[in-house]
Amino acid sequence: MRAPAESFPLAARHELANAQLRANLATATATIRAKRSAVVSELPDWEELREAAQAIKTDVLARLDDYLLQFEAALEAAGGRVHWARDATEACAAVAEVARSQGVSEVVKVKSLTTDEIELNAALAAAGVHAIETDLAELILQLDGDWPSHILVPAIHRNRTEIRDLFARTIAPGIASNDPSDLAEAARVYLRTKFLEARVGISGANFGVAETGTICVVESEGNGRMCTTLPPVLVTVLGIEKLVPSFADLEVFLQLLPRSSTGERMNPYTSLWTGVAPGDGPQELHVILLDNGRTRVLRDEVGRQALHCIRCSACLNVCPVYTRTGGHAYGSVYPGPIGAILTPQLVGIERAASLPFASSLCGACYEVCPVKIDIPAVLLHLRAEAVRAKAPKSERAAMAAVAWIFASASRLGLAERLAHVLQRPLVRGDVIRRLPPPLAGWTRTRDLKPLASKSFRDWWRAERR
Amino acid sequence: MRIAIFVTCIGDTMFPEAARATVEILERLGHEVVFPAEQTCCGQLHLNSGYRDEAARLARKFVEVFGNHELVVAPSSSCVGAVRELYPALLGERVPLLDRVVELSELLVDRLGVDDVGAFFPHRVTYHPTCHSLRVARVGDAPLRLLRRVRALDLIDLQDAAECCGFGGTFAIKNAETSSAILADKCARIEASGAAVCTAIDGSCLLQIGGGLSRRQSAVRTVHLAEILASR
Repeated sequence: MRAPAESFPLAARHELANAQLRANLATATATIRAKRSAVVSELPDWEELREAAQAIKTDVLARLDDYLLQFEAALEAAGGRVHWARDATEACAAVAEVARSQGVSEVVKVKSLTTDEIELNAALAAAGVHAIETDLAELILQLDGDWPSHILVPAIHRNRTEIRDLFARTIAPGIASNDPSDLAEAARVYLRTKFLEARVGISGANFGVAETGTICVVESEGNGRMCTTLPPVLVTVLGIEKLVPSFADLEVFLQLLPRSSTGERMNPYTSLWTGVAPGDGPQELHVILLDNGRTRVLRDEVGRQALHCIRCSACLNVCPVYTRTGGHAYGSVYPGPIGAILTPQLVGIERAASLPFASSLCGACYEVCPVKIDIPAVLLHLRAEAVRAKAPKSERAAMAAVAWIFASASRLGLAERLAHVLQRPLVRGDVIRRLPPPLAGWTRTRDLKPLASKSFRDWWRAERR
Repeated sequence: MRIAIFVTCIGDTMFPEAARATVEILERLGHEVVFPAEQTCCGQLHLNSGYRDEAARLARKFVEVFGNHELVVAPSSSCVGAVRELYPALLGERVPLLDRVVELSELLVDRLGVDDVGAFFPHRVTYHPTCHSLRVARVGDAPLRLLRRVRALDLIDLQDAAECCGFGGTFAIKNAETSSAILADKCARIEASGAAVCTAIDGSCLLQIGGGLSRRQSAVRTVHLAEILASR
């Protein structure tokens, strides 16, 4: 998986400069937040559902080896074929091999983060196969050479006039209207031919059922249903953490997921398939079980809960950081709070060391997470790892010095008095308007209240003892 | 009752008036306040910055300094939250002291059953519920219940009140631009509320909001809840 190209603060600086992006994000996320909160408050057992989901996922991860073998046996008994992929290269090679065996130069794809994670489209292109994204937003990004900025609403950063201009240049020459229904119609006309012609469909999966070998895909547009039913050959890339033990467990997740993600009681399309059914749907079914760093994450007792994620994106929509910077600042297919804990674990902390610090630790993510991932706790855990891996010497020295001062109240008292003297040249009127580095970032946009002339400690000693 | 005050490192040096107000309110209600002089910092600065070992040493020091006290109060939900919710993982055990550490509004409303402290504050006030007060220490609506009983105080709603102010400790420095973008929206909503005063129960967030308002040359000023409750 690709690591962020630059540190979060630098990437965020570019994104924050885009006023249109901030306006688009503010409107879009406020709308989803309101919808989510309305449908979540309807359910009296929401907390119990979250706890059930957490318990199921904890169990799955604790016994993942058993569940994976059970899934493989069930799926193969139902006529499917399982491929085990240790990493992106193996997964992409397995998909490319299926395409090659069918002699196709085009495949149709359902929106899938997992295939983005392994950069499947690029790998297929290298093998001479063009993968067509059929989710409307993914199609928009693909046509423009752009990449997703949100887990669920990948083109959240684009507006409809930009999309009209793009379609006019690509799939719908001459289109003049920027009306959403006209834009959707243009995409529909283009995609319909592709669905009917394709011999191979590719999907990710929301859930895999260990007991039955069933795959479940949840979506809104119906393109996923087309991709998974029309082509005679279907390949599904499934992250190994996406299993649930039994069919009945889906009941919990299919209540939590749509309410958390789109703010709907139920999503428009839920497709479930178990192996091959003669004369109905794909006659050749491949499932690629993808590790790609997941078993390494599983080893970490605190960090492993990131693998509970069902990719709903509720944490993005409530995050004060994400809603200002957007997803590109995270430099990963997994943005927002969940990305800040998942990406560093998947690519290695030293390659994404700034991401765990891309949070004010406000806790809004944990509050909405449908599977109760304690994101702030994992952030703290990963911050400690980031410090161990690559904290600057100057920071280590400063933090050690502060800890030494805090270790003794008399040292702290002296330090307070010294700081009070040292701040004098900086105070203008009753505020500090400019601080030297490394604190200069504070005073670029904020004044600082100076240290009080008499600390509480000194006041207490003088007045109360 | 004999209550130990934990003034916190920020409270000691940057908001001593809020800490003094805390003492005043409790004494007015007939309680005895003591200040264990060996106290320093709860360790949250180090914990949140990834320096767990240093944080654990400060946590052990906190437990040592306050371990013998029946009740510990702090004018900060963030520091109380760190002690009560984050210490167990940091120390590897849940020492009995932790449940006896409370934030001022929690102490008054939940433990002492007081929501009218006899305060008088003739101003238009809006309340910013800080993230750690809502989602870590979980003080609920205790601060609002106290504010509603202050004489002559005109309490005004704040739009999107529960959203973060963008402080986040070292986040405000490490990610200064993002922190400032979050703060800009908070300041705009505070100004749009029409209040003359913005109050909160955490000095850290008041430092951020106050700094932002001051740079905007706003007419709105920030005041810690303890000071409002001590006014008469």
